[in-house]
Amino acid sequence: MPETNAIEMRGITKRYPRVLANDRVDLDVREGEIHAIVGENGAGKSTLMKVLYGLVPPDAGEVRLEGKPLVRHRPADAIRAGVGMVHQHFMLVDTLTVAENVILGEEPTRGVVIDAAAARERVETLSGEYGFELDPDELIENLSVGLEQRVEIVKVLYRGARILILDEPTGVLTPQEVRELFGILRALRESGRTIVFITHKLDEVIELADRVTVMRDGRVTGIVDAAQTTKEELAKMMVGRYVLLRVTKEEGSPGDTVLSVSGLSAAGRKGTEVLRDVDIEIRSGEVLGVAGVQGNGQTELVEIITGLRRASSGRVTLNGADITNRSPRHIRDLGVAHIPEDRQARGLVLDFTIAENLVLGRQHREPFSRLGRLCLDEMNDHAARLIEEHDLRPADPATEAANLSGGNQQKLIVAREFDCEPALLVASQPTRGVDIGAVEFVHTSLLSMRDAGAAVLLVSAELSEIMTLSDRIAVMYRGAIVATFDGDAVGEEELGLHMTGAGAGRSESQAAPPRAAGAPQRGRAGS
Amino acid sequence: MDRWTRYAGVLSPIVAVAAAFLVGGLVVTAIGESPFRVYAILFRGAFGSVDGFGLVLFNACPLIFTGLAVAFAFRAGLFNIGGEGQLYIGSFLCAWAGLGLAGVPWWIAVPVLIAVSAVGGALWASVPGMLKARFGVHEVINTIMMNFIAIGLTSYLVINIFKEPAQMTPQTAEIASGHLPRLAGALQAVGIPMPSANPLNASILIALAAVWVAWFILYRTTFGYEVRAVGLNQDAAESAGINVRRTIVLAMITSGAFAGLVATNEVMGFRHRFLDNFSSGIGFMGIAVALLGKNTPLGVLFAALLFGVLNAGALEVDVFTDVPRELILVLQAVTIILVVVGNEIFVRRIAAREARAALADTQAEEAA
Repeated sequence: MPETNAIEMRGITKRYPRVLANDRVDLDVREGEIHAIVGENGAGKSTLMKVLYGLVPPDAGEVRLEGKPLVRHRPADAIRAGVGMVHQHFMLVDTLTVAENVILGEEPTRGVVIDAAAARERVETLSGEYGFELDPDELIENLSVGLEQRVEIVKVLYRGARILILDEPTGVLTPQEVRELFGILRALRESGRTIVFITHKLDEVIELADRVTVMRDGRVTGIVDAAQTTKEELAKMMVGRYVLLRVTKEEGSPGDTVLSVSGLSAAGRKGTEVLRDVDIEIRSGEVLGVAGVQGNGQTELVEIITGLRRASSGRVTLNGADITNRSPRHIRDLGVAHIPEDRQARGLVLDFTIAENLVLGRQHREPFSRLGRLCLDEMNDHAARLIEEHDLRPADPATEAANLSGGNQQKLIVAREFDCEPALLVASQPTRGVDIGAVEFVHTSLLSMRDAGAAVLLVSAELSEIMTLSDRIAVMYRGAIVATFDGDAVGEEELGLHMTGAGAGRSESQAAPPRAAGAPQRGRAGS
Repeated sequence: MDRWTRYAGVLSPIVAVAAAFLVGGLVVTAIGESPFRVYAILFRGAFGSVDGFGLVLFNACPLIFTGLAVAFAFRAGLFNIGGEGQLYIGSFLCAWAGLGLAGVPWWIAVPVLIAVSAVGGALWASVPGMLKARFGVHEVINTIMMNFIAIGLTSYLVINIFKEPAQMTPQTAEIASGHLPRLAGALQAVGIPMPSANPLNASILIALAAVWVAWFILYRTTFGYEVRAVGLNQDAAESAGINVRRTIVLAMITSGAFAGLVATNEVMGFRHRFLDNFSSGIGFMGIAVALLGKNTPLGVLFAALLFGVLNAGALEVDVFTDVPRELILVLQAVTIILVVVGNEIFVRRIAAREARAALADTQAEEAA
């Protein structure tokens, strides 16, 4: 059987100043297949896709699309050759309609005027063909994330793409949206299109892909049929060793209430309420998982508890002491540790050394500070001890945090925050962007923290993480807690429904509710 | 790998200075002079005699203070363009206080005037600091505006209220106490033939102490740690419980205090009075000094010395050649530009070198 390859990449090598991102990479994607590319952060997946899309010229190697070599590495040429890219971060104009966004840059015209009717018709045809269920006249700002993503896909199809690249397409979606996206992708495959998707979620690979290319450290470490592999096998190829994919948790033994949040509300920038009357209690020795689609108030909740944001009403108490709207230092000193959701932005000073970062937050207290002087010896001893305990690499206290891998940066934060023996640990997206090897470490650490008697507030967009670690689960939707469950009394499906505010089973493929509570009018752009 | 980065920090300014001299040489050739002769005269002016080297130190002294001011603020992520205004206020307050110290012994007057100078600069810098911390107003704009106010205000005061009677020059009377001694006498006593007319004074010792103090604060105190944390990553500092606003205000105050100490040289050590418009850009030169010195205290010291050399040598160049002394300004400006550009190039080179080393490492590992 003569097999046509939609994509052939041969010997792609791309070197960046600090890394060899792609090292003689070969990639073959057959026409009409769904091909997954998996690998840890920095494995070179994104670079390879950028080369394919013409965003980055390779130092060496060749790209052939449907048999024809891509001579110039420019997106325009890749697009002409039938490649379309759906970026991780959407590139849509909020104030324009779906149809207007789709045609943007390639407007059908009648004379000098845009042929709006033709545009709408094209969008409607495409939308109907693959089950996108998009209203061409809806404003982007009224759409849910899942629907925005579909607009991106339609945009790509509108430009005639036969090969679609999707970069981490499921990161921002609820389980239902993921299911629907997979439906769409399968329909696209039926129509003969080729799909390449980058991911680090192995479940999705097994479920959706026909074939998988695994990358590690800039090289291909395996090419397998999805039907003939397992998650464990893929993980092993990604990491280079056996990885425990799911930690097991003993029954917890909760004690007294540590954190109590009652009636907490907060105003956002535009005066809308980002938190509405939130009540939470966490006991010592207990993990409360907060599930929810990002942007539904989880960040604000965490920021208020840690003192980084002001509450407009309500009360937060820690072991009975009122900490509402107190300073971050006051709250920290009372025994609250915080693993922030963006470790590079909030958790680390990248230009500080490991030793300096390991005292961040305690630099003003004994033994690291005496009479306003920094105690370098104590800092170095402290660093040496934590490096040893947590197997931080490189094991040199003088290394700057910027030179650590993502996983080691996260270990550094975990080591620092755990070391102060907190009464309450607030962990926000503790494994986001962390390699699966390090995920194992973070999860075991969180549970050992719980078993040592700490109260743990875990906020995560990864449902599997919430389900694995939580003793109780609260679901947030549009700033409110809409449901709570015992950890093992609920499935992903049900959680997913509550996350979209559709606890009663409403399908969220309808247009999402408007984002600003004060502006409910549905948009219709005058065309 | 880290060692290379550290070398680059020192090497890149040196290479830049060398390149700047090359460019300057071309300019000199274009004028029709021999660059070798001009540079020989320049360096003879600076190093050819004890007197010349005294002038180097005297010229470097105020630049050390303003360089430290800029570098310290920079560590907190602040761009203090207001050194000029801060040094005027510090100097004026120093002179004003000094006028009232008649009969006070020097061992009281000197520390008091040093403190007044620092406090004057600190006060002036605290205003943009507080505006930044409280309202988020950009300190660059406010420090510049504060410069105009300081220059205008001191000018008004010295011309209209504090002018020395029966003098044409817009300056105050001589301060009654708190003079810093010139160093010529002490140096002669140990056998160094410094001419008595050389203006080098004890302020240079204060400047050297200030370099050490700035280093100590930044790298050995909790406050300095917090300043650097705020400067490098404000959000992480905030998360760690550091009071970012307070740190910003305190960093500006510290920065302003360094600028204010220029008074120790200009008022206490040299003129013994406040002269209207005396600075002519010492505060602004501090920005260049800090830049060349990579915003480290020791770097500031060396950069200020280089500028001191250029300034001292400029006199001789002016006298003995056809090259205008403005060449020195060109040289200084070219140096700064090359430092900035050179730094970029160095950083990239180093990064590429590290990448190659990392690759070699992984290949070695695989081979093993």
